[in-house]
Amino acid sequence: MTHTETHITDYRVYGWVLFALLVLTTITITVTWIDLSALTVLVALMIASVKSFIVLKYFMHLKFESRLFTVFVVMVLSIYLLVIGLTFFDYLLR
Amino acid sequence: MAETITHSYLENTGRYKGIMAWLTTTDHKRIGLMYMYAMMVFFIVGALLGELMRLELFRPGQQFMNAQTYNGIFTIHGIIMIFTVVIPGLAAVFGNFAMPMQIGAHDVAFPRLNLFSWYLFILGAAIALSSQFMGNGPPDTGWTFYAPYSTQTHTNVVAAVFGAFILGFSSILTGLNFIVTIHRLRAPGMTFFRMPLFPWSLYATAWIQVLATPIVGITLLMVIAERWLRIGFFDPSLGGDPILYQHLFWIYSHPAVYIMILPAMGVITEIIPTFAQRRVFGYKAIALSSIAIALVGYFVWAHHMYTSGMSMTARWVFSLLTFLVAVPSAIKVFNWITTMYKGSISVKPPFLYALGFIFLFMIGGLTGLSLGSLATDVHVHDTAYVVAHFHYIIFGGVGFAFFAALHYWYPKMYGRMYNFKRANIAFGFLFVGFNLLYFPQFVLGIMGMPRRYFDYLPQFTLGHQISAVGGLILLIGIIIMIANLFSKKGAKAPDNPWGGSTLEWTISSPPSQENFDELPVVTGEPYDYK
Repeated sequence: MTHTETHITDYRVYGWVLFALLVLTTITITVTWIDLSALTVLVALMIASVKSFIVLKYFMHLKFESRLFTVFVVMVLSIYLLVIGLTFFDYLLR
Repeated sequence: MAETITHSYLENTGRYKGIMAWLTTTDHKRIGLMYMYAMMVFFIVGALLGELMRLELFRPGQQFMNAQTYNGIFTIHGIIMIFTVVIPGLAAVFGNFAMPMQIGAHDVAFPRLNLFSWYLFILGAAIALSSQFMGNGPPDTGWTFYAPYSTQTHTNVVAAVFGAFILGFSSILTGLNFIVTIHRLRAPGMTFFRMPLFPWSLYATAWIQVLATPIVGITLLMVIAERWLRIGFFDPSLGGDPILYQHLFWIYSHPAVYIMILPAMGVITEIIPTFAQRRVFGYKAIALSSIAIALVGYFVWAHHMYTSGMSMTARWVFSLLTFLVAVPSAIKVFNWITTMYKGSISVKPPFLYALGFIFLFMIGGLTGLSLGSLATDVHVHDTAYVVAHFHYIIFGGVGFAFFAALHYWYPKMYGRMYNFKRANIAFGFLFVGFNLLYFPQFVLGIMGMPRRYFDYLPQFTLGHQISAVGGLILLIGIIIMIANLFSKKGAKAPDNPWGGSTLEWTISSPPSQENFDELPVVTGEPYDYK
């Protein structure tokens, strides 16, 4: 193995990430008190997606690793979204 | 200069001797062989169960087993053949044995994980097979475990489902290992487009293994949760949706067909240029068509569900997508044929099996088009036509490619040759037996013979009888083939008996434990013939 690069992230960055995740969690809980009717699930999913993005980027080191890993993650998410989308050709139009 | 002593991978030089040396090995070649031996046992059991069904169907009415036993036998036949033979199949055996050598590596990226995958495979198979001997009798759902029946039957579904769940982990870990190996351990100078096409097909397969298998894993756990905890996922009486099960099951199980067939296509792409002594025609088209099949293969699953009651829009969307996946498959077939054109063809057993693959796969593929089409599928859905179609793909395709690969890499595996004449005779029995066994089922299906039925109307008798005789001929072919390969030692094999041009043929037969004394430096394309 020739991959010897290491990356040390500043603790302050992790601190900010933690803070952002806590704020988003608070928002997630807060919006449950507001009646968004059909949008409830969508809003919860959008906040969760932002949180996942931050975790992937910083905690899982996508920001510092080779671009290839980002390509993999985008590819996997695209396939996942397409599979879900195709399933709704049945569920929405049955 | 001191001479370096290299030991064949078949010699025990480590801490353990005998069987323990094998059970603790992390050598990719030995692990490949361990998969092969286990699969051969499963395959023979599965084939005998298949022939038992054919003999039961020899005449209308009950012969020697009752309907419930018949249901149990077609279920375990499917579980064994699908989950323990053809899904791990070529990737686990020849991917492990040949791929690291083909890319110029000493081993896979994670050798211990590789051994762990094998143990998971054995554990999963043991749990799945234990379903036959425990609880309230063998499962009777078919290998598809369709809900809500699978959540209601009193037979031992949980063990079979849990076994399949464990087998899935083995598949995921093998896929992960191969992705990392292909990315990180290629020999110096071996770019992706200088890589042989078998590793390309394994790369595409590995992504499906990693991405699709977890879906069936969680689905099978949902079946168990519904049975034990009465959570209404699939059972309408509990508020569930049975069609959701079919979606989730086929989101994995259709890509799983490509887990089976892509490595088979990769093997054929190795064999054809070697025995035609020609550069492979359209290298990049074949390489990228593997990726295209893997990708498009994710989006066609609901063509198994045209009669399930799903929406009309979903039906035509999935029909359209299904026709798209035929394109990259056809690219491969045309390229194989074009590679042979004006080649110096040498009809040796591996090539013969490869030709058998193309012939049978074409029949399987073309009959698949009539199943992908909405109008025709409705008439033959769940009939013997479907049984014939998928056996042409899975046995005629994957099975014959497996036999082709075995005859191709056998000299490298054991350092010995085998008897060509007997290998050709075995091929004759297998080819004739296979077609007699499965072709009549196309006709029976069109006539209206349902699949998975224990009894039938008298007009179907002749077709079933031809099938049963074909099955016996096929079994004779399997016995001749195994006896030829494993009953006695053949002559010593040269390092490159077929005149192959990929890296595994540049090292000794059998290879040393480390494959290469020094890593090769690759400067050109893999199929350097003319």
